[in-house]
Amino acid sequence: MSDYYRQLETRLQERFGSQLSATHVEISELTAELPREHLLSVCEALRDEPEFAFEQLIDLCGVDYSEYGNGSWSGPRFAVVYHLLSVRNNHRIRLRCFCDDELPVVPSVINIWNSVNWFEREAFDLFGILFEGHPDLRRILTDYGFIGHPFRKDFPISGHVEMRYDPETRRVIYQPVSIEPRDMVPRVIRDDHRYHDLSAQEEQ
Amino acid sequence: MAEIRNFTLNFGPQHPAAHGVLRLILEMDGEMIVRADPHIGLLHRGTEKLAETKHYVQSLPYMDRLDYVSMMCNEHAYVMAAEKLLQLEVPIRAQYIRVMFDEITRILNHLLWIGAHALDVGAMTMFIYAFREREDLMDCYEAVSGARLHAAYYRPGGVYRDLPDTMPRFEGESKWHSADEIQALNGNRDGSLLDFIEDFTNRFPGYVDEYETLLTDNRIWKQRLVDVGVMSPERALQMGLTGPMLRGSGIEWDLRKKQPYEVYDRLDFDIPVGTNGDSYDRYLVRMEEMRQSNRIIKQCIEWLRHNPGPVMAENHKVTPPSRLQMKEDMEALIHHFKLASEGFMVPEGEAYAAVEHPKGEFGIYFLSDGANKPYRMKIRAPGFAHLAAMDEMVRGHMLADVVTVIGTQDIVFGEIDR
Repeated sequence: MSDYYRQLETRLQERFGSQLSATHVEISELTAELPREHLLSVCEALRDEPEFAFEQLIDLCGVDYSEYGNGSWSGPRFAVVYHLLSVRNNHRIRLRCFCDDELPVVPSVINIWNSVNWFEREAFDLFGILFEGHPDLRRILTDYGFIGHPFRKDFPISGHVEMRYDPETRRVIYQPVSIEPRDMVPRVIRDDHRYHDLSAQEEQ
Repeated sequence: MAEIRNFTLNFGPQHPAAHGVLRLILEMDGEMIVRADPHIGLLHRGTEKLAETKHYVQSLPYMDRLDYVSMMCNEHAYVMAAEKLLQLEVPIRAQYIRVMFDEITRILNHLLWIGAHALDVGAMTMFIYAFREREDLMDCYEAVSGARLHAAYYRPGGVYRDLPDTMPRFEGESKWHSADEIQALNGNRDGSLLDFIEDFTNRFPGYVDEYETLLTDNRIWKQRLVDVGVMSPERALQMGLTGPMLRGSGIEWDLRKKQPYEVYDRLDFDIPVGTNGDSYDRYLVRMEEMRQSNRIIKQCIEWLRHNPGPVMAENHKVTPPSRLQMKEDMEALIHHFKLASEGFMVPEGEAYAAVEHPKGEFGIYFLSDGANKPYRMKIRAPGFAHLAAMDEMVRGHMLADVVTVIGTQDIVFGEIDR
């Protein structure tokens, strides 16, 4: 499977050249990174040209890289990741498009794959990434009147407000959260020999 | 002459035919639908964000709660994605057990779907029939994992434990059940779990015949389903439909055949495909899928009977050692302590693993920065794309057809809202 994707990677590089900023094949998965100026033209070619023929957009998700590797990340903060599937050629590709930190904007691919409508709304809702050209960019998963973008890394897991019924005013009110954040299992990155040996042990 | 204007109708969020918490804003022209705007998110729990705060094994039970009628299939995508990142080999017996339970889950899901769908359309009996069979299958869940619904049975590296040799039995006389009745209920529970499942697979095709007698040629059923919610193959691909929704439109696409995972390439089964892309074709596709799942389960039982072996990978950096080992071996104890206190580290990288879930392509995308918790997890829920196509499918239909379309899409809010 890896060999097939390496060939596809070569074909991709021959076809698009400098329009893609990086490509790599890892664990039998092909990933291509591209700047947002070329997103629409590359996507359209990927859908229409028979050697790629990615008719389906399977998934789109936002990523907030700000705490990646415990803060060792130096690239742009937000990225949009697309997973495409070709039913005709039976292969997949992952596209990644980075966007600016201050005002993350990416062109919408809704005219290429109609299925992206809700996925882009979701990425807008959860990460605040804007999709230029989307006809109906509303919040989708969070509550009516929700403030903030909950999947950003600077948004606490407990949220900012909690909701309760207030018997005095006899209505449902929002108030600042009263629970304290706690972390039962700390997040750690271990770089010791045990994990380097893991793959070597498998081979023996 | 008075001017006739469109009006808006609110459907849900609490409506028996909405299959959970769907709020639909319907713009109507008389009884015809001009536009449907589904409002979702009423069951949003932030599973993906929660997974970022827990180590890999801890967030596995959340998967059961996504699509809460096909629990083990969700777990399957999750463990496959983690195994892909870890480059972990799964023992062959565990792969067969997973495939068998995936297919049991598919039958469970389709039974609930046919029951609820038929009930929505007006056929009460189906619901009772379907739940009769679900009872047996949930007993299988209980026997293997201890839970009837939220199993948490799969683990990165295999499954939690091997198939049990005994089935749970009905006990105790009461004013509701005499001793004879209890003995009759325990009739097929004398052997192992595999015997129980085999007994079920022998009975099940007869049950599907029963359902088909009730529905397939039923005049009312056909009037409600034929030519409702038609999707052409081109539009189905454009809208990102997968699973029975795509196959109903005539595209032969099944991940079990096209991108086989686990042991599906060793098993013999067929992929049913529809021709018209309407609700009736999708009904026929799902009915045939139940029969094919039954075939797969039979083959798995046959294999599992003759091939004992480990069900968990031996790599104790990832999978916990046995209790016995822990009592005798210092290193095993250390492994267990590390796994219980901080879990395992996953190499830096990203992986997307998808399974042919009863509803379509269910995928998990992991982005790992080398920590013991995923940096980002994305759940690709098939129902999310299907519900997005709702507007297109109901346009120009009557209000009553909305219920049919919700039914034919097999909507479950646990996975859509995540």
